[in-house]
Amino acid sequence: MPMKKPFSRLVAAAALFAPLVVFGQKNSCLECHDQLEDELKAPVTAFKGDIHGQFNLSCVDCHGGNPAEDDVDRAKDRTFKGAPKRTQVPQFCGGCHSDGAYMRRYNPGLRVDQLDQFWTSRHGQLLKGGDSKAAVCTDCHGVHGIQTAKFPKSTTFPWNIPQTCARCHADAEYMKGYKIPTDQIAEYQQSVHAQALLVKKDLSAPACNDCHGNHGAFPPEVSSVASVCRQCHLSAGELFARSPHKKAFDELGAGECEACHGNHKILKPSTAMIGTDDPAVCAQCHEQGSRGFAAAAEIRTALDGFEGAFQDVEGLLALAEQKGVEVSDAKFKLLDVTTILVGVKNLTHGLDVAEIRKSVGEGETALAGVRAAGEKALEEARFRRQGLVVATVCLAFLAVALALKVRQMSRQRKST
Amino acid sequence: MAKTPGRAVFEFLDERFLLSDIITFGRKKMVPEHRQSFWYFFGGICLFLTGIQVATGLLLLLYYTPHVDFAHESVQFIMSQVKFGWLIRSVHSWTANILIGVIFVHMFSTFFLKAYRKPRELTWMTGFFLLVMFMAFGFSGYLLPWNELSYFATRVGTDIAGSLPLIGKWLKTVILGGPDVSQATLSRFFWFHVALLPLAALAFIGLHVLLVQTLGMSKPVGVREKREIPFFPDFLLKDAVGWTLILVLVGVLCVFLPWEVGPKADPFAPTPLGIKPEWYFTFMFTTLKIVPPHILGVEGEMLAILGFLAGGLLWLLVPFLDRRAARDERSPVFTWAGLAVALYIIVMTVLTYTVPKL
Amino acid sequence: MKRRNFVNLFLGGSLLATVAAFLYPVVRYLLPAKQASAAQQKVTAAKVGELPPNSAKSFRFGSSVAVLVNTAEGQLVALSAVCTHLTCTVRFESDTATLFCPCHNGRFDLGGNVLSGPPPAPLETYRVEVAGEDIVVSRKS
Repeated sequence: MPMKKPFSRLVAAAALFAPLVVFGQKNSCLECHDQLEDELKAPVTAFKGDIHGQFNLSCVDCHGGNPAEDDVDRAKDRTFKGAPKRTQVPQFCGGCHSDGAYMRRYNPGLRVDQLDQFWTSRHGQLLKGGDSKAAVCTDCHGVHGIQTAKFPKSTTFPWNIPQTCARCHADAEYMKGYKIPTDQIAEYQQSVHAQALLVKKDLSAPACNDCHGNHGAFPPEVSSVASVCRQCHLSAGELFARSPHKKAFDELGAGECEACHGNHKILKPSTAMIGTDDPAVCAQCHEQGSRGFAAAAEIRTALDGFEGAFQDVEGLLALAEQKGVEVSDAKFKLLDVTTILVGVKNLTHGLDVAEIRKSVGEGETALAGVRAAGEKALEEARFRRQGLVVATVCLAFLAVALALKVRQMSRQRKST
Repeated sequence: MAKTPGRAVFEFLDERFLLSDIITFGRKKMVPEHRQSFWYFFGGICLFLTGIQVATGLLLLLYYTPHVDFAHESVQFIMSQVKFGWLIRSVHSWTANILIGVIFVHMFSTFFLKAYRKPRELTWMTGFFLLVMFMAFGFSGYLLPWNELSYFATRVGTDIAGSLPLIGKWLKTVILGGPDVSQATLSRFFWFHVALLPLAALAFIGLHVLLVQTLGMSKPVGVREKREIPFFPDFLLKDAVGWTLILVLVGVLCVFLPWEVGPKADPFAPTPLGIKPEWYFTFMFTTLKIVPPHILGVEGEMLAILGFLAGGLLWLLVPFLDRRAARDERSPVFTWAGLAVALYIIVMTVLTYTVPKL
Repeated sequence: MKRRNFVNLFLGGSLLATVAAFLYPVVRYLLPAKQASAAQQKVTAAKVGELPPNSAKSFRFGSSVAVLVNTAEGQLVALSAVCTHLTCTVRFESDTATLFCPCHNGRFDLGGNVLSGPPPAPLETYRVEVAGEDIVVSRKS
């Protein structure tokens, strides 16, 4: 239901401007409500930090009324709209925020399609169907203390978004009857994405809206999960798209990336996810003796071999370093192997055994060089200890010889 | 009776250097033997360790480059590519710390034995200047590898110098060669470390040793023991046993705890938490940290620095202040004062490493 | 007599052994190593003509990786190849003439500026000089 151009606003503006000339910017709404208590005072306190206030918009611009009038009945004139009902909030906000020409005056770069998007979202659909429990603008953005999403304390700043969504989605009581789980945020908080965003403060890590959409929030369809993930994980997505799994998963209704990595509780992947034994998932579809089963086993063996060798060499260098030998050159060469190892693990999304083997081969060749350096370093450590023994033995003999000489000399002196 | 080759060489040199006379003079030098004569060894140990520093320093000079773009890299090179570079460098770093420790022991032992009393006042004073010089050696040498720790320790240290009243700012600029720790500082510290200080130390060591040789070893007040042993070769051989054992210690330290290279200094990085100067400065550093911000209206830190300067001056002039010792009498007041100073230094140093967030 | 000779012999012998044990490392130290001198801040990344236009080569610079690019116009640029997001190694993509990080899709232009993706800061650029046959890369400051 598109909002009619508020003619009443013009009236309110006229009513406002006339007294302004004489009395200056009077705002009886704020003055009166400031003297009230609790919920009636709250808007005044909150509005102090509101972004609309910074653009010189105030109560009248949303609620109508006459802010020049001190008398409450006169202030609440014909133009007064009061607080909108929950189900009417989207249209209420959209009245300005969907009007491109109007918004241009305040922030030309700000999008104006939020309301359109909202109607495509699950929240919007529920609302249209009459469900007033669904989220509306104010549930996420706040009411009177609305801040831009660029401000770190805003409810819509990336690292605050999980909390904002959790207000409903983690509330089992509230979500009763909707037949969706309420543990998504708890699961998300255990994920690498949450670790990156909430702990390491890496703003490039995804929060709820990056995968589900902002105003058009909806869980991604099975066949588009990979598209969502590959916004950041491009190569994994591309490899998956050309692998035999893409068609198979879509037909099965398995959620592409989600089938192996989960959706909210995405943890650091490991080679244990591939193979024919628990906790690998390959055997759930591929029976023993099938091509897929054999491939899974082969890939796992190749990966384990390479990663095992890598960890061996890492340990070798650490040991040499602990023994006091300088291994920074070898460690630098190991970085190259790390890059290859990460690349090989990524290649598993493509399920091309030959491709994986080739990469593993390259990695193992590079690793051989580092291993040689590591072993040389250990040899050096051994050489140093051996040298110490030799030097200490010589010095011990010298100390004894000196002591004997001293004794001999003092005896000589005593006898003479 | 055929001459042995050794005898022939000796006679050749003797005719030209008048060695016999020197040897006769040397044989005369005697060292008293009594319960405290063990402390006499420490002077020789200082000299021995200084010799090691000169030798290893000379070797390091071959591969080290005193420029911000190459200093760290050259030390890295010495530690990883040069044969036994790790050993030469680790010996130099470890011995530096051991030497300063031994200098403190030597100083306090001569203090408590009142060896500074007349006529050995100048020996004491040249010795104190040598302590200051060797601490300057330590401070300047610490910057040369140009790693994170050394950069910030230098910054912190010179900031303290900069807070002296009147001359502070000027002094800091002179020491640093500019307003901040930079290439100018590295060049300057390198110059201090390999040219200025070695020459000064050589001169003062020369004076110090000459005085010891001329005046002989001091006997503690009230010791009646008349036993003596010749300095050459008896005492020297005994000293050599100590040197040999110290070499073993240094060897073990260098093999099992080689000195680290550390990350290269980054002037734009924030100061690492808990940055401290080397241990021999920590007693002063910690004093400045715990002194209250204002004492009787005067800035606490400044008062503490002035206190150290005044204390140093008094310490330097102890031979002239201790009248009783000058008369060869016991002076318990000075003994107690010395104990208090030693205790203070030890407690402050230990506190630095045991109390977190200091 | 015999006793005294033994002691002298023992002293002389152990002194000689100790001196030799100390002289050996010093002599080895003084002899030049295979690598002439310390890792320098000037690195010869490639030879002139080694890289065709619109291609790149990665090389070690100091303690990390760098990349030398010969652009389609024949200009040589060198940058740090360590992605400023999570330190993966970036690679040159010839069809877009950009540096791409395979870990999370970070993309940089040949001036090091971030074009898209998560990297929070640009790549450090280095100075490239041609000295005879060698292409030498060094730090800018």
